[in-house]
Amino acid sequence: MAEKVMVKGTEAIGEAAIRAGCRLYFGYPITPQSELTEYMSRRMPQVDGVFLQAESEVAAVNMLYGAASTGHRVMTSTSSPGYSLMQEGVSYIAGAELPVVFVNVVRGGPGLGDIQPAQSDYFQATKGGGHGDYRLVVYGPESLQEAVELTEKAFDVADKYRNPALILADGMLGQMMEPVEFPDFRDLSTLPDHSSWAMQGAKGREPHKITSFDINEHVLEQMNLRYQEKYKKIIENEQMWEEYKTEDANVIIVAYGTMGRIAKTIVNMAREKGVKAGLFRPITLWPYPYEALAKLADQAKLFFTVEMSMGQMVEDVRLAVNGKKPVEFYGRTGGVVPTPNEVLAKLMELI
Amino acid sequence: MSYKIKFKGPESLSGKEFTYCPGCHHGIVHRLVAEVIDELGIREKTLMVAPVGCSVFAYEFFDVDGTVAPHGRAPAVATGMKRAMPENVVFTYQGDGDLAAIGTAEIIHAANRGEKITTIFINNAIYGMTGGQMAPTTLLGMKTTTSPYGRSAENEGYPLHMAEMLSNLPGVAFLARTKVNKPQDVLKTKKLIKKAFLAQIQGKGFGMVEVLSTCPTNWGIPPVEANKWLEENLVPEFPLGVYVDKVGDEK
Repeated sequence: MAEKVMVKGTEAIGEAAIRAGCRLYFGYPITPQSELTEYMSRRMPQVDGVFLQAESEVAAVNMLYGAASTGHRVMTSTSSPGYSLMQEGVSYIAGAELPVVFVNVVRGGPGLGDIQPAQSDYFQATKGGGHGDYRLVVYGPESLQEAVELTEKAFDVADKYRNPALILADGMLGQMMEPVEFPDFRDLSTLPDHSSWAMQGAKGREPHKITSFDINEHVLEQMNLRYQEKYKKIIENEQMWEEYKTEDANVIIVAYGTMGRIAKTIVNMAREKGVKAGLFRPITLWPYPYEALAKLADQAKLFFTVEMSMGQMVEDVRLAVNGKKPVEFYGRTGGVVPTPNEVLAKLMELI
Repeated sequence: MSYKIKFKGPESLSGKEFTYCPGCHHGIVHRLVAEVIDELGIREKTLMVAPVGCSVFAYEFFDVDGTVAPHGRAPAVATGMKRAMPENVVFTYQGDGDLAAIGTAEIIHAANRGEKITTIFINNAIYGMTGGQMAPTTLLGMKTTTSPYGRSAENEGYPLHMAEMLSNLPGVAFLARTKVNKPQDVLKTKKLIKKAFLAQIQGKGFGMVEVLSTCPTNWGIPPVEANKWLEENLVPEFPLGVYVDKVGDEK
């Protein structure tokens, strides 16, 4: 580990990807993540990597598909409308079981929306977005240090399961600056060997075929069942969350990403007012840590979900709590970030 | 009595039986591409991108590493492969619905970047797999299931000429339009396909061969008539020839 350096969020993620062994980046500028694309255009030539600005997000995601099919570590980044355009490719990449890393720095929507931070892509990120039965491993970092660590992890998890992973950040994380400690550069020779399936030329072996389809419905069903087995393993092994002051809490705030970070302040403010509040912060948004959250239903009298959306993750909170305790919601949208005071006022109304 | 094999199928074909309709030209063009790959000795480093459409199974017919791109995106997928594996040979195989409609942006930009890939473009002026709908290359007046009164310029615009359009881009190193409805055309087309691969191998840029082809099933005419129809109708609309050649004479 090196010393701490002051960096911008988008650039921190880009540098983390390079240190994790990513040597091919394809992307298209869109606010508020354009600096990541710009950063990669500077850095990739310095590490003998490939940077290519695609003509569209549709092309970028398909370049990713092609490069990933050769067994290399690859990444793209975008923001909400761009990620919508990529959904065709996301579905194909999931179907072809290619290990790629996506970064979506979420902004206000729907449609063109604005360029301010939001969390309203949660449904698209965790429930699909593209067609078919598929899942991405989705990480929701709260700080730049966590974003750096999760970016590295995303590459490893993608490789381990041959499945795409997604860093779901928001405009706040993308645009803020913080001190970050970067991991060392990964020795490329220690990266997982993908020669057993990757397209590298059929020298001395049977040709490798990578597809997301089979015209026979029974074969396609078997492929889907195989995906589900993989997803089951991911659910068993990859759930991540953080609990903050939950030991004695009877009011559980549930929030992720930037909102999860703000919620820590809200917990402290509530405690000053004598409210035993605690925070449950999912780090993997898929697989969602349902069981860990459900455990808190025994001690809590109230769950309070706070999001920078009109209420998307709250549905997963309700699934976890399963009617055992009330689940309330507060959210701002369109790129408005809730202040601790307004959330606290809402909380005090509820109890 | 002993026999000596004088003639056999190309090694770059898997031997899997083609699934194409009788009279369709995909089988001929597949064979030509495979023969070229054999002759260039590049089978073990060739990566192919099959399209969406009738030739979606092309990746199974070739004995090389292969994948299937989303509809129209083959040039982008091939770009990702080639950038990751610059020493390999990458080709896409695309129909007119794939390349000239949904994938217009991808082919133009791959060609304009001078992407060192090779594209085999099958133009039969119709959508095959989905059952004979209008393509961007459908001729004026031509009846299809979605232009039942005949394509009109006023409503659907004009047949799109991809070879002419792409020939204006400096990244293109080899570009030709050809046909395979007669034996002499088959031999000529093979030479053109070889040059499109050489454009890539020599690092000169993007190479494409557009092959005017028949679709007897969706045209609703027998194969022999389809070959004649191609000659009388497609060729006048889509002029044959070599549009760009930076490869030079083959040694």
